Formats: sequence, structure tokens, C-alpha cells
Amino acid sequence: MSTYSLVQPPETDAWELPARGPVAMVSLIIGETAIFTIFVVAYLFYLGKSLTGPTPAQVLEIPWFNSICLLSSSLTIWRSEHAITAGRIAQFKAWWMATIALGTIFLAGTATEWRKLIYQDGLTVHSNLFGTTFYSLVGLHATHVVVGLVMLTLVMAIALTGKIQAEHAERIKVLALYWHFVDAVWVVVFTVVYILGR
Amino acid sequence: MVPIYRCIRWAGEKRSTWGTAALLCLAPWKLHAEQAVSGSSTNIFSSFSRPSIEIDHLATFVFCIVGAIFVVVGSLLAYVLVRFRSRAEDETEPPQVYGSSQVELAWSVIPVLIVLVLFLATVRVLFAVQDPVKPQTAVDVTVVGHQFWWEFRYPKLGITTANELHIPVSSADHPSPTFLKLMSADVDHSFWVPQLGGKTDLIPNKVNQMWIDPVKPGLYLGQCAQFCGIEHAKMLLRVYVDTPEQFALWVQNQRQPAREDAAVAHGRKIFETEACINCHTVSGTAATGTFGPDLTHLMSRSTIGSGIAANNPANLREWIRDPDHFKKGCLMPAMQLSDEQIDAVVAYLSTLQ
Amino acid sequence: MADQILTIPGDITTIERGAGPTLLEKLHSWVITVDHKKLGILYVLYALFFLLVGGGEAMCIRIQLAKPDSHFLDPATFNRFFTMHGTTMVFLVGMPILFGFANFAVPLMIGARDMAFPRLNAFSFWLTAFGGCLLYFSFLGGFGLYGMGSAPDVTWWAYAPLTARAFSPGHSTDYWALALIVGGFGTLGTAINIIATIVSMRCKGMTLMRMPLFPWLMLVVSGLALITITPLTAAQLMLLVDRYLGGHFFDTQAGGSAVIWMHFFWIFGHPEVYVLVLPAFGIASEIIPVFSRKAIFGYPAMVAASASIAFVGVSVWAHHMFTVGMTSTSNAFFALSTMVVGIPTGIKIFNWIATMWGGKIRFATPMLFCIALLFQFLCAGLTGIIQSVAPIDWQLHNSYFVIAHFHYVLVGATVMGIFAAIYYWFPKATGRMMSETLGKWHFWLFIIGFHVTFDTMHFLGILGMPRSIYTYQADRGWATLNLVVSIGGFIQGVAVLIFAYNLIRSCFRGAKAGNDPWDAWTLEWSIPSPAPEYNFAVEPVVRSRRPLWDLKHPEDPDWRYDQ
Repeated sequence: MSTYSLVQPPETDAWELPARGPVAMVSLIIGETAIFTIFVVAYLFYLGKSLTGPTPAQVLEIPWFNSICLLSSSLTIWRSEHAITAGRIAQFKAWWMATIALGTIFLAGTATEWRKLIYQDGLTVHSNLFGTTFYSLVGLHATHVVVGLVMLTLVMAIALTGKIQAEHAERIKVLALYWHFVDAVWVVVFTVVYILGR
Repeated sequence: MVPIYRCIRWAGEKRSTWGTAALLCLAPWKLHAEQAVSGSSTNIFSSFSRPSIEIDHLATFVFCIVGAIFVVVGSLLAYVLVRFRSRAEDETEPPQVYGSSQVELAWSVIPVLIVLVLFLATVRVLFAVQDPVKPQTAVDVTVVGHQFWWEFRYPKLGITTANELHIPVSSADHPSPTFLKLMSADVDHSFWVPQLGGKTDLIPNKVNQMWIDPVKPGLYLGQCAQFCGIEHAKMLLRVYVDTPEQFALWVQNQRQPAREDAAVAHGRKIFETEACINCHTVSGTAATGTFGPDLTHLMSRSTIGSGIAANNPANLREWIRDPDHFKKGCLMPAMQLSDEQIDAVVAYLSTLQ
Repeated sequence: MADQILTIPGDITTIERGAGPTLLEKLHSWVITVDHKKLGILYVLYALFFLLVGGGEAMCIRIQLAKPDSHFLDPATFNRFFTMHGTTMVFLVGMPILFGFANFAVPLMIGARDMAFPRLNAFSFWLTAFGGCLLYFSFLGGFGLYGMGSAPDVTWWAYAPLTARAFSPGHSTDYWALALIVGGFGTLGTAINIIATIVSMRCKGMTLMRMPLFPWLMLVVSGLALITITPLTAAQLMLLVDRYLGGHFFDTQAGGSAVIWMHFFWIFGHPEVYVLVLPAFGIASEIIPVFSRKAIFGYPAMVAASASIAFVGVSVWAHHMFTVGMTSTSNAFFALSTMVVGIPTGIKIFNWIATMWGGKIRFATPMLFCIALLFQFLCAGLTGIIQSVAPIDWQLHNSYFVIAHFHYVLVGATVMGIFAAIYYWFPKATGRMMSETLGKWHFWLFIIGFHVTFDTMHFLGILGMPRSIYTYQADRGWATLNLVVSIGGFIQGVAVLIFAYNLIRSCFRGAKAGNDPWDAWTLEWSIPSPAPEYNFAVEPVVRSRRPLWDLKHPEDPDWRYDQ
């Protein structure tokens, strides 16, 4: 039998637990990371294994502009988080709008890239292993961008009615966390597909 | 009354402890003893090939360790249940013990040591069986898995056959193990003949390898061990381990082209015009299909339909008339031949010795 | 002894005399509820329904296999039944019922008023429920019920390329993939909810190391579920891309790999079984102390062991793939990791035995099931160790030995834990006790049936009988043992029916239970039974792991001796 020393438990007045919003979003991000990891693993595994068809080196151009837009949107959303925490609603709205704009430019860029790949280079999901894994991985990311933009636009709409105030900063931060995640995934996808894969 | 009930309960727990322990420890030996002769058994402990025998020895060792753990922990559990059951009249709480570093350390260290021992025993056999040295005198067989039959090719001997594998027995002074190259034409399969070795999968777009080193002639049974579709259950294996003389005879026969017999010309004509040749090969004739089994020496096999029916004219007849009768969902269609046509074809096939 | 009546400020103690809610209103309240207790009960009822359905499928399988060359089920139907049996039991019984218990008990045990996100909770339940209905709708699709429709028939692990369009035309694979993707999102939602609840909503004084072990294990399980279910979702999305968009993820003709499906599936599939068994460990860790009248032995070690199992458990997956032709080094690695995961698992068994040591064991029905859990999990762990020895697995893989092993875990441990939990928390949920007599009948019949079936099944595996076969030849020598296995199945079926009867009858005629019928020590037993909608009138403040022990034994409180 073991006895532990007589210790009074510490004062429980200062009972601070993490807020549930960020905890839930972090959990979601962990789950999503697992999904993306599987798609990335499939992409890496099948590199160089296509039996036919266009190869990455032949058809992929590094999307510098697109990526800069998307990664900058992380910056703008961070500025808008900052603004709303400090109570500067007008600035929050401006930076938020900028984020949506940059995200939309990214999507448009992806669409343009895919148009070229499909119609000019003949790369489709069906054409070879590279096509399957490329469109699946980049498409999965693009889907998450779309979902993010929908949420951001919703918030923008509510903000335009004047209903968003400084006390909603925590919730804004949770959504911003999701957006940062989407950008972080792009860093990985970009590296794997356009740098390593070519 | 109550003490008796408690006794029965105690005995029940204890009996199941000891009973199961005994069964687990004794059964393999028991089964092994019963099935000590080769043939018609799929008992994994009745082994007649070096990989399988190695696994048996390892299993004996592992079962002993596992059995010992079972007896020790099971006895502790049984003891605790009897010794520390509450007495009806007693309403007080027992002394509360929250833990003990020494005890917990001990029972963490011992499992680690057991794992170490088990792992070392495992890797020895693992590497020995999976990465063998292939002698010059090894027999090479390529196995191609199909839905729902086995194709066997002997590349160095120029033989193609199906469903019944013939290999020579191997001995220490004349080693002739058989090395199998495993491939698949469609979905995943698995080659399992328990008395001759562990199983290895046949996976499309992947080439696997396994080896058998049989020590005793006889017939060994097995079947596909990876679900491959509707008739997975009936994709059986028959491995004939022949003496060197028997094997040489078999090889010689298999290398011959198909027997020609004018008496069955009618049947052969039907065979060649009724789309049979799209799927089947009869060497030396126009039949060169590879979707179905090679029929050149069909009559040298004792079963049809990959082991599910004896190879006799009546079964052959029924198989051709309606394969679904034996193997519902198998990929050979009923060819809608008339009775007369089937009779003729069966007569023809009966000459393919 | 532990009845505590808390007076609530305000006047909610007077009840309007008049017509109570109508049946329609009651049902409506269940459909729209966001209360974690009701949702927990919905999960449990949903799962128990599918337990009966999956059990029915199992009985049909056993009738078919009871004798050689049987024609009770044709091969197509048999293949659908065993696929659905496995898929049902894992996704529509195991996962929902365990997350249902978590839903019900976790907020109560940590002193919270509800889960962190009640509406997400409801949404997750209905998503899971819809997934199950979609899966079973497959029986009606295609050729309709008589022809057994398009129910999945590709085994519950659905290896490629059998699931490709070429080899599985029709929609059976699609139902499998879609239903599980949908249900998977439901599980993900609940896992996120549980994590947020446990991290953010514990009552004052309840540090993580003072939290009872059931919430601890649900925290570990939820974290594990986040990275376990998602690989399956990913793989199934890839499968759908192959089947509908012409993709080649698993298309061996285009250079794709069948083995990569196996990797992805088992990266889900192995941690999934830990998701299924760890909650049972949590349940045992609550019940065994109460019925031994002692605190759990080695609480910190139990927490550490649980976390270790989760961590190590994600590194063992390819022990399902010892026969696919990985390199010998890979095989050796996975053999080692599988053996290593047995260490923390074994430690837990020792801790439970040590908890009972020196105690005063009361053999109520929940405790009987937990003792059986302990014994059976010991056996299951040992047969797991046997199979972790890769060369032995080369014989036993895909044989009935494996089926015996995993049923020993999933029925012998998880289902036992589920039964124990139902008997234990039924009073808290309904305010009534289940019948002890019927409980003991249920227990003994089930144990007998279980051992008759699954002990025997090990020998079938040793005798070389592979799994997933709809029949076998008479000369294989498997007939007698198969008959014995089938008989045991029927005995278990009878036991489950007794249980169902006990459950329903006790709802209406069970003896009234007070706050604390078991004389237990965790927070849920401090409130009335059934628990009021708000759970706790006053937010509890705790100083130790067993707040009610401290209240009942002020002369010997936990916080004087233990963290």
C-alpha cells in the first residue's frame, strides 16, 4: 500500500479551461489532416508509376501567383482577427473582404489551370495514375477552399448587416483557424505536387 | 444453499479456466497425433514440408509461453474471485489501496522480457522461411490465380496445367524444393495448403514468391484463402507430391501434345466450333484460349471444377451442360449444347489423357 | 445512503396538474432533442436494434455452415450476409452504442450540464442513423428483397480490385462506401464533441488526472477516431473516384496497386478495433472498483496504458497483411509492434485484478459481465500474440482462428462491456433497476453459448478452414465442429432475447432505483434517477477522483491519500 503525502488541492477559484470552439476546430483539423495525408501518400506512392500519358514535368507549371494569393489571404485574415479583437469593425470587414477576394482569385487560378490541363494537355482523372491522384488531391483541397469561402462569405454578409461586434472575436478566430489550415495544406500540396513531383 | 451456489460459480469460473487451458495446450498435440498421416487433412500441425514444420516448432514454443501466461493470470483471477468475495453480513469497506510502484514496475518489465524472447524466436523463423536460399535443383512453378481456378505453369519444363499441382518430393540428400511464383489474372487470391506451408497471396500487378519442401509423397489439400468473389469457397487445391520417378513420368506425359483419336472427331469438331476454344487450350489443336483451364491432359486430373467434383463422364457431362449446377456464378457459361452434342464432346474430352 | 436532495431556488417543484404530454408530443421531443442523455439512449436503442439484425444475419450464416454442402443460402446471399454482418456489427452496433454511452455518461461524470455542442450532437446522431438506413436500403435496391438486392457482398474489408467496376458491377460496393462515408461524418462529429466536452467543460476541481477513467478512455478513443475513421473515408472516396470518374487508384490494369487499398483500409481497420475495445475497458474500470469496493489500482498507469495503446495501436496495421508479400523486414517490424501493443494491454488486466485483490467483491450482474470481460480479453490478447508471430500467422491468417480471435475481443470484451454498462447505468437513465434474476440468466446462457461457439472456432482454424466460404466439402473433417459452433450461436441468441425482454420489461416494471443504487463514487450517482434534464442543479466542485467516496467517508477521503 502506498500513501501519498498530505497535499491540499490547489485553489480552484482560478478554474480556466480552454474554450470549446478552438478545441473543436483543432480536432476537426486533426481529422482533416489525416484525410489529406492519405491522399498525399497515394500521390507520392504513384509518382512515376503511370503507364501512359502526360507526366507532371510535361504539363505542370508552378502556380506562383495563385499560391501567393492564397498564402497572403492567411495574412489578411490574421489582420482581420487582430482588428476585431481590438474592436475595429470597419478594418475587420475590409481585411475579411480582402481574404475572400484572394481566396476567390486562387480558385479562379485553379480553374484556369485545370482548363488548360484538360483541354490542351489531355490530362484527366481517367488518363493515367498521375491524373487520378493529381485531380483528387488538388480537388480535395479546392473543395475545402470552397467550403471556407462559403463560410467566410456568410460571415461577410452578417457583418454587412452590422451584427458582428468585438464580442464575436472568439468565433471569428475559430473560423480563421480553419482558413489557416486550408492554407497550410496548400503549402504541403504545393511542395509535393509542384516541387517534389516534377 | 448460498455457499453451494457460490461453489458452483467458483467451479464454473475455475473449470472454464482450467478446461480451456487444457484444451489450448493439449489440442494441437491431439490433433497432430490424429492426423499424423499425410493426405486428406488441412490441419496446420500435420506438417510434411519444411516451412510448415518450422512454423509448427515455433508455434509449439509460442503456445507454451502463451499457455503459461494464461495459467498464471487465469489462476490469479480465479483466486481473487474466491478469496475476496464479499460476505453477506459485512458492510464495511476494505482498505483502499491506490497503487504500488514496485508491483507495477514488475508487471511492466516481465511482459517486455517476454516480448523480447518472442520477437527473437519469430525473426529467426521469419527470415529463414521468407528469404530462403534457392538451390539449383529447385522446381519452378508459376501459379496464376483466376476466378475461380488455378493455373500452373512450369516454365523450364514447358508445361501448363490447372488446379492439380504435381511436385516432386524433396529429401536432404536430393533437395528439390518447389519455388512458386504467384500472380493473379484478376482479383486477390491466396494459396494455402496447410500441411505444406503458410499461405501467400496472389495479387494482380504484383509477383509474390513462396516455396515448399515436401518430405513425404501423397496428396495434400488446400484452397483459396482470400475472398475472390462468389465462388471463392469452391476454389480448391490439390497438390500431389510425387516420388522422383512418378514426377518424371507425369512431366513426360504433360509435355506431349493432345492425343489424337479419330473416333472422337465429331466431338472434337463441336469443341472447336462451339466457342470452347475461346477460353480453353488443347495443345496441338486450334484451341488456344487462356481464359479457362488448359484441357490438354484433362483426364490426368482426378477432379474437375478446381476440385469440387470427381472427374468422370457423368460429372463432365453435367459440368458442360450447366456449370452453375456445381459452382453457381462461376465464369464458364452454359453453352446450350444439345444432349447429343454434349455426349460427343465428353467422349472427345475423355481421350485427353 | 447516498441520496441527496438538492433544493433548487425558484419554484419548479410545483407541477401543473393536468394532461401530461401526449404520445405524439413525447415522440416529437425525442426526435428534436439535443439533450445528451436522450441522444445517448437513442444511440443505444438504434445499436441494439441493429444488434438483433446483425445477430440474425449471423444465425443464417451459422445455419448454412452447420453442415457441409448446405443449400440453405445460395453463395450470393451468403456473401451479402457475412459482409453485412461484419459491417453492421462494427459500424451500426459497436460504434453507435459506445459513443452513445459516452454521450449519456460523460457529461454526467464530469459534472457538466450537456455536451459542448448539443446541436452538433443531434446532427451527428441522425447522420449515423441515416448511414445505417442507407446501408440496409441496399437490400431493396437492384433485384429487390427476394433477390437480396444490392447489399454489399465484398466482405467488410472490401479488397481491391474486387470492388472495381469490372468485378463488382451493380451497386453493392457503392452502398458500402457511401453509407460508411455518411456514418463516418457522424462519428467524426461525435468524436469532436466528446473531446471539446472533456477538455472544456469539466467541473471545478476536476483536473484531467481527477477525471474518472470512462471519460478518460472516451477522450483517448475520440482522439483516435479522428485519425482512424478519416483514412477509411479517404480510401472510400478514392474507391468512388475509381468507380465513377474512371480513376485508377486501385486499378491494377493501369499500374495501380491492390496493396495500397489494404494499407489504407487497415490503417483505419486496426485502430478501429481499439476504438471498439477501449470504451469497454473504460466501463470495466468504472464497474470493477465499485463492485470490489476499492479504488482502481494504479490510476496513473491506467491512463498511461490507455494512451500508449492508442499510440502504439496506429503502428501495427500491417499485421493484417503478413501474407501479401511485404519484405521480411517489414513483416518483422509489424510483428514487433503488435507484440509491443500487448504490453500496456496486459498491464491493464493486472491493474484490474489488483483492484479486486483485497476487496469485497459483489457479484451483481454488471460485475459478472466485467469479470467475464477480463477473462475473455486475456484469452483474446493471448491469441492475438500467437498471431503476431508472423510465420504462425502465415498459417492462421484468413482462417477461422482469426474469426475466433476477433469475436473473442468484440463479443467477449466489447459486447460484455456493453451489457455491463447497460445494467449499470440503466437505473440512472430510467430510474428503475433491471431484474437481477433475468440478468443472471442472460449472463450464464450467454457465456455458455459464447464459449461453445468461439472456443470451438479456434480449432476450426487450426484444422485449416478458411473464412468467407459459403460452404465446405464433407471430407474436410470440419462438419462436427461447425455444428457445435452453430449450436452455441443459438444459445447466445436465446440469451440476447432474454436480455431484450429484461430491458423492455424493466422500463415499465423495474424496481424503483434511488440516486445511487450501487453505492458508487462518481458524480452521476449524486443526482436523481432518472437524471433531470439539467443534470446538476449546482455545479459540483471536486477535490479527488471519487467525490462521492469523500462525501460518504469524511474520515478517510481520497484527497488525503491520492491526487
